[in-house]
Amino acid sequence: MATFKINGRQVTTKGPDDAPLLWTIRDEIGLKGTKFGCGVAQCGACTVHVDGKAVRSCVTPTSAVAGKSVTTIEGLDPKGAHPVQLAWIEVQAPQCGYCQSGQIMQAADLLSHTPHPTDAEINAAMNGNLCRCMAYVRIKQAIKLAAKPAAKKEAHA
Amino acid sequence: MNAPIGPVETLSRRNFLVAATATGVALGFAGEAAAAAGAPAGFEPTLWYSIDRDGTITVNIIRAELGQHVGTGVARILADELEADWSKVHIKTVDSHPKWGLMVTGGSWSMWQSFPIYSQAGAAGRQVLVEEGAKLLKAKASDCTASNGRVHAGKASIGYGDIVAKGDMSRSFTPEQLGKMPVKKASERRLIGKHAKARDIPDKTNGQGVYGLDATVPGMVYARPKLPPTRLSSSVVSIDDSAAKAVPGYLKTLALDDPSGSIPGWVVVLGDSFVAANKACDLVKVTWKSGDAAKVSEADLQARAAQLIADPKAGGLVVDDPGVDAAFASAKTKLEATYTTATALHFQMEPVNCLAFEKDGIWEIHTGNQWQSLVLPWLSKALGRPEDKIVMKSYLLGGGFGRRLNGDYAVGAALASKAIGKPVKLVFTRPDDTRFDSPRSPSVQKVRMAFGDGGKVTAMDHTAAAGWPTLAMAPFFMPKGTNGVAYDPFSINGADHWYTVGAQRVRAVNNDLAQSTFRPGWLRSVGPGWTNWAVESFMDEAAHSQGVDPLAFRLKLLDGAGRNAGSGPTAIGGAKRQAAVIKRVAEKAGWGKPLPKNTGIGLATTFGQERDMPTWVACAARVHVDPATGKVKVEKLDLVVDCGTVVNPDGALSQMQGASLWGMSLALFEGTEFKDGQVKDLNLGAYTPLRMADTPELDIEFMPSTEPPVGLGEPATTVVGPAIGNAIFNACGARVRDLPIRPAAVLKAMKA
Repeated sequence: MATFKINGRQVTTKGPDDAPLLWTIRDEIGLKGTKFGCGVAQCGACTVHVDGKAVRSCVTPTSAVAGKSVTTIEGLDPKGAHPVQLAWIEVQAPQCGYCQSGQIMQAADLLSHTPHPTDAEINAAMNGNLCRCMAYVRIKQAIKLAAKPAAKKEAHA
Repeated sequence: MNAPIGPVETLSRRNFLVAATATGVALGFAGEAAAAAGAPAGFEPTLWYSIDRDGTITVNIIRAELGQHVGTGVARILADELEADWSKVHIKTVDSHPKWGLMVTGGSWSMWQSFPIYSQAGAAGRQVLVEEGAKLLKAKASDCTASNGRVHAGKASIGYGDIVAKGDMSRSFTPEQLGKMPVKKASERRLIGKHAKARDIPDKTNGQGVYGLDATVPGMVYARPKLPPTRLSSSVVSIDDSAAKAVPGYLKTLALDDPSGSIPGWVVVLGDSFVAANKACDLVKVTWKSGDAAKVSEADLQARAAQLIADPKAGGLVVDDPGVDAAFASAKTKLEATYTTATALHFQMEPVNCLAFEKDGIWEIHTGNQWQSLVLPWLSKALGRPEDKIVMKSYLLGGGFGRRLNGDYAVGAALASKAIGKPVKLVFTRPDDTRFDSPRSPSVQKVRMAFGDGGKVTAMDHTAAAGWPTLAMAPFFMPKGTNGVAYDPFSINGADHWYTVGAQRVRAVNNDLAQSTFRPGWLRSVGPGWTNWAVESFMDEAAHSQGVDPLAFRLKLLDGAGRNAGSGPTAIGGAKRQAAVIKRVAEKAGWGKPLPKNTGIGLATTFGQERDMPTWVACAARVHVDPATGKVKVEKLDLVVDCGTVVNPDGALSQMQGASLWGMSLALFEGTEFKDGQVKDLNLGAYTPLRMADTPELDIEFMPSTEPPVGLGEPATTVVGPAIGNAIFNACGARVRDLPIRPAAVLKAMKA
């Protein structure tokens, strides 16, 4: 049993404490946008934010997020219009799309602390996210595009 | 020859009907019964698309969406010819039904097969809309035009929805009439060749896309498979689930009884959640009886292949020109080389899974799948129910790459559900998925060439031995060789290339040990993934052996003579089109210009998947080899492709990008081995597909063309590996002949 916030909503789960957060999110809470890939934190398909930081939910025990705030792809933006999501659509990044929830959550985390990432910084942040369709060219392109409005905002600040 | 009977062939015998419905008009093909009776009226047409009274056009798509944005591509073929308003076109992926004919998504066939049929279906609809629109506008049909969902007569116009509501849309076209239906000239196309955003993409960015893994139904239980030691020949001796009983939510463990023989020895562990089933599965102890397959290693598989190749009587003769042996006997010089490829995995991101249950006498199979028509007979046999009582519901596929052509996982879910009388959701973990992947078989190939005076190529002899996916799962697709021996065309395509090489022999040999050890799979491009590794590496070796530039050597052989002239519609231009793409890619890459030390450019060219549907593609790979470690860094991949008409340019580019990186990944980063009858590398860490940081600069160019479109999903995978191999040779003189290319092999070859 664990009580935490998910996409701004308070939930108390019934499953075992050691149940991976991924399955709690998918099968108990019913948010299916977060995906199961490798189960050992090496593909990134299950990436969610916990208190704003990207984590691999497949190896995170549900009890570990008690009292914390979890954001999934469904909660990244109420209209699915986060700059990263818009950039993803603009460059037509997804192919099969299965890894993309995780890619987007990882990229959103990157841009939240590194608004103007270099190529090397993008590679370092995103290398743990496997895209089996190998849409890497466009994923990188989308991150750069998403970084642009952030740059503008900063210039105004 | 290779493409199975597809929609084009099945439908070419049926009448095309336009008929009123409750909401508008439906357009499609008469059912088999109607076609046989020759009486279209009163029969429900097979609905390919419909137009509602509000002008909404719904296009039914029988292909699985696995990343290729196929619905958008197919719908744009139709919408262009129909002169539809694209914003009013809706795409619907359909569930399985016999009326759709063959349902398969593979072979890079979707656009190639869909183009003629959807073009003509669109043209037929437009003709009827113009005729009826003209009546409503009180104009002559010949004075009317259609565009953007409206029929125009001078300044007056009427929308398609109104025409459907007010006109008499009933029509029937015979197959001959439809076949002769004039389609638009390429210069009049409004949507084909223009950029369009793929309709499936927004849901893939916000978590709303529904994949097989996301399918649920009230009352379902979860299952994880407990897989036997070997894929083909294990049987359960005993099950001990005493330790699992301590897991909260554990239900039971079942040995599946499978009358279809698809999944021998499979056990499933059931729980009220996946977490419970998963945990319990680890604690269940099963004893199986397994045969000799449990001892087989990768080295055994390769050794058996080499042994079979040495027997000239083994296998099916695919090309068997007279005079091959004579040409070798009288050759001035000869060249021979052996190439190998290691076992490779699909490793699609979404592990296979399936939800199955019976409802109101119908078995519902909820899963992502690429070949419904192949799986349905297995399910029918397994469940003991006729195929028309089983429906496969369509979902997005979290990657396919050929893995989901083999729907064995659906059989497991269905049998488990039948056994316990509840809906069962069977979920493979990643290691489960990997262990019982239908991997790309290891291959061994021997290639020989005979040269006469002045280095003229007088003969070529190519034998490839591998496990055959088509023999394992769809033997009815195997043609016979000239010697009467059936062979898997997908295992040898590529060896029957478009080079003019004098007397040619191509032989496809089944590796019987591979066949009895595991279930070989169709992995993105299948045989061309290994045959071209041999052909295109060998072409460079042959050129060097004669002191000729590899580009010039190829261009001389790509002369378009005889059977390599090609014929229409698809293969028109033949080898000359292949010559054009390699020439262009060499030019783009700066072939022949000086390069820094330990850097080289390598060329390769292929015709993609099969001679009947050639996708002409060429690659120039620029690599740097570290002479101390043998490590290969790919700096740039230039690719040029001629795929005929490009329907959806951005989608086409996306397929080329992904497929070329796949080719690179299979060449440098992937590859596993069989050990004790199973693949050794079960998860990431051990199996290491290309990641973002490994991605080189890509420059991809499409040749302008208005010829019929061919496939793009696979071709680029076939050309990158040999281009890298040839680049390594040009960088440091190391000739590598085994895929994947490991640094140690490069170092060893440098010293050779």
